[in-house]
Amino acid sequence: MAKSATGTLYRGHDGMWSWVAHRITGVLVFFFLLVHVTDTALVRISPEAYNDALELYKTPLVNLMEVGLVGAVLYHALNGVRIILSDFWAKGPKYQKSMLRSIIVVWLVVMIPGAYFMLLRTFQTLFGASS
Amino acid sequence: MSAPTLDAPRSRRQLTKNNFELNAWLFMRISGVVLIILVLGHLLIMNILDGGVHRINFAFVAGRWASPFWQIWDLLMLWLAMIHGCNGLRTIINDYASKEGTRLTLKGLLYCATVLVIALGTLVIFTFDPSIS
Ligand code: HEM
Repeated sequence: MAKSATGTLYRGHDGMWSWVAHRITGVLVFFFLLVHVTDTALVRISPEAYNDALELYKTPLVNLMEVGLVGAVLYHALNGVRIILSDFWAKGPKYQKSMLRSIIVVWLVVMIPGAYFMLLRTFQTLFGASS
Repeated sequence: MSAPTLDAPRSRRQLTKNNFELNAWLFMRISGVVLIILVLGHLLIMNILDGGVHRINFAFVAGRWASPFWQIWDLLMLWLAMIHGCNGLRTIINDYASKEGTRLTLKGLLYCATVLVIALGTLVIFTFDPSIS
């Protein structure tokens, strides 16, 4: 946190954290993309090779990581819109803080039902009486 | 002998020979807007709707890539996301790797990985064979 009145307006505040999160999610998604193009390339080997690899994505732990990945992409996309509006829309910088609050709300509104649908099958197989 | 010419004070200095960084900055924004539709649409269809990842298998992929619409969608998404991500990582490497050698090595690795993955993905979309076994 900036301590003095002459300190930065930026460091340690939401503007910095939204940037840190944008950076981390961007890197994360890029590395996943390298893996994902490679696993999809297995369709050129054989249907079995591809289906076997896909089984991994359907296991509970990886299914949970999938929710994290979708959440990361969604944050990066929403915050990307906020960056673009701050750059090109005359009132963007003025509203950047309210835009940050709005994207957090949108993120929650999408991720709560989204996580429910993504995890539904896993919960059914883990805890369901029969399937 | 004439006096050396000086730039007028506060005149615009030519720092680089081209507009590469400006174009890269613009590209991040334009590709970002297109990727919103491509990537979020992809995630919605593949991960959330209708059973999500649990219904994906070889037959599902074959069904999608039978249509040029999804082939073009995936191809465009591959190229834009890879170049967008590569340029984003280039910025990050420039920010944190202060030694010249480290910076060059990391960027070399990044560019190799990017070219390889774009080539692999493109090849797969164009040569996909639904009757392979
Ligand atoms: C879904 C839509 C997306 C939008 C709207 C978006 C938007 C943006 C914007 C506006 C920037 C800032 C560029 C700058 O500051 O000059 C950025 C940076 C970045 N993006 Fe994206 N992006 C999206 C998807 C992706 C994807 C799929 C990846 C990974 C492959 C990715 C990786 C990155 C990285 C690594 C950075 C650099 C972050 C930094 O410099 O701190 N983005 N994005």
